Amino acid sequence: MTMSYQRRTKDQLAARVAQDIFDGAVVNLGIGQPTLVANHLPAGREIILHSENGILGMGPAPAAGHEDYDLINAGKQPVTLLAGGAFFHHADSFAMMRGGHLDICVLGAFQVSATGDLANWSTGEAGAIPAVGGAMDLAIGARQTWVMMDLLTKKGESKIVAQCSYPLTGLGCVKRVYSDLATLECTPAGLKLIDKVDGLGHAELEQLVGLPIAP
Amino acid sequence: MIDKIARSVADAMAGIPDGATVLIGGFGTAGIPNELIDGLIEQGACDLTVVNNNAGNGETGLAALLKAGRVRKIICSFPRQADSQVFDGLYRAGKIELELVPQGNLAERIRAAGAGIGAFFCPTGFGTQLAGDRETREIDGKHYVLEYPIRGDVALIKAEQGDRWGNLVYRKAARNFGPVMAMAAERTIATVHEIVELGALDPEHIVTPGIFVDKIVRIDRVATEAGGFRKAA
Repeated sequence: MTMSYQRRTKDQLAARVAQDIFDGAVVNLGIGQPTLVANHLPAGREIILHSENGILGMGPAPAAGHEDYDLINAGKQPVTLLAGGAFFHHADSFAMMRGGHLDICVLGAFQVSATGDLANWSTGEAGAIPAVGGAMDLAIGARQTWVMMDLLTKKGESKIVAQCSYPLTGLGCVKRVYSDLATLECTPAGLKLIDKVDGLGHAELEQLVGLPIAP
Repeated sequence: MIDKIARSVADAMAGIPDGATVLIGGFGTAGIPNELIDGLIEQGACDLTVVNNNAGNGETGLAALLKAGRVRKIICSFPRQADSQVFDGLYRAGKIELELVPQGNLAERIRAAGAGIGAFFCPTGFGTQLAGDRETREIDGKHYVLEYPIRGDVALIKAEQGDRWGNLVYRKAARNFGPVMAMAAERTIATVHEIVELGALDPEHIVTPGIFVDKIVRIDRVATEAGGFRKAA
């Protein structure tokens, strides 16, 4: 079967997420793919980036030769600080999350359930060394948790599931999933469509996900 | 006269006993007090429990302490990194115990110890493996897990400037766990790059008041090295 639709590229997906970040928002972009969102923030919106290691007002990567490894992001890569930016200790940084002060966080995921359970820290594989970092704090802390991921695994299985089989990061915490094929809302009643790529039919999307999606 | 300035790292580290719980500041390589960790290796205490966000980068600093076989248990949020080979090897060989704690819980449990809090209910990790079998409670419709403080016998932290009363300021994101760890240990030892006269630090800008600090040691500035991620080829 020839596909009549095109997947969003990683940059297109990052731009799609960025489009929904409102002027004045304080946002935490998780390690990996979500970091790309910073490159697509719409001009004319003032958006403050939070980094869990104690930065508000995080700026882009420094020019080559100007790296300062006392000024790094959560992925431990060198960044800069914008005018108006601030440093603070770890307990304050996570109080900003748990205390509901962070507007949005964007995270990667292995699986998301239709009702917004998130699995993104461990595949539960035997012998793997576990590492959680700030994933659990971010997932339940931000006012809105968005996930950015491919809809399907490399094997073609949906990463949106009725129930996560991987170890959970948080319960009912994901509000939206931005994927290469569609943007979906997770609600207590299940999935709801926000948008999908041109040429992908509603029934076809439901078939890929294997779950009903309210239009 | 109050004088918390130690003449040397060795002087500051004297008397740390075997079996101690050592809080070590830093996130990746930023804020890691490498000179104090080297001093701890030199000093010889073993059977340690170490609390740090990570579990060592490369072969130096915390990784070297692990490699020297001094650490029985590590409490951290993110042990596995691109350059955590020393920890990975010990863990796989069953030679080190790991207590994995979400990063914000790690910070808050340390803060709680410093603030005299007996335990607290925290929403992070509810319904996950990491909540273990700890008590949970529903408060105003939200679910929480009971978390206990993490207290240190010693805290080793890195700051930027200090004075003889132990007041500290930090540098950029190298502050990270320093202020909360300073509060939470029986004995807090900080390195600084500059020791200044009393009154030279703007009292409006002091981050860690000297009451939380026992010893400060001046060290030469060495640019913080990259660590914790895989460099693009």
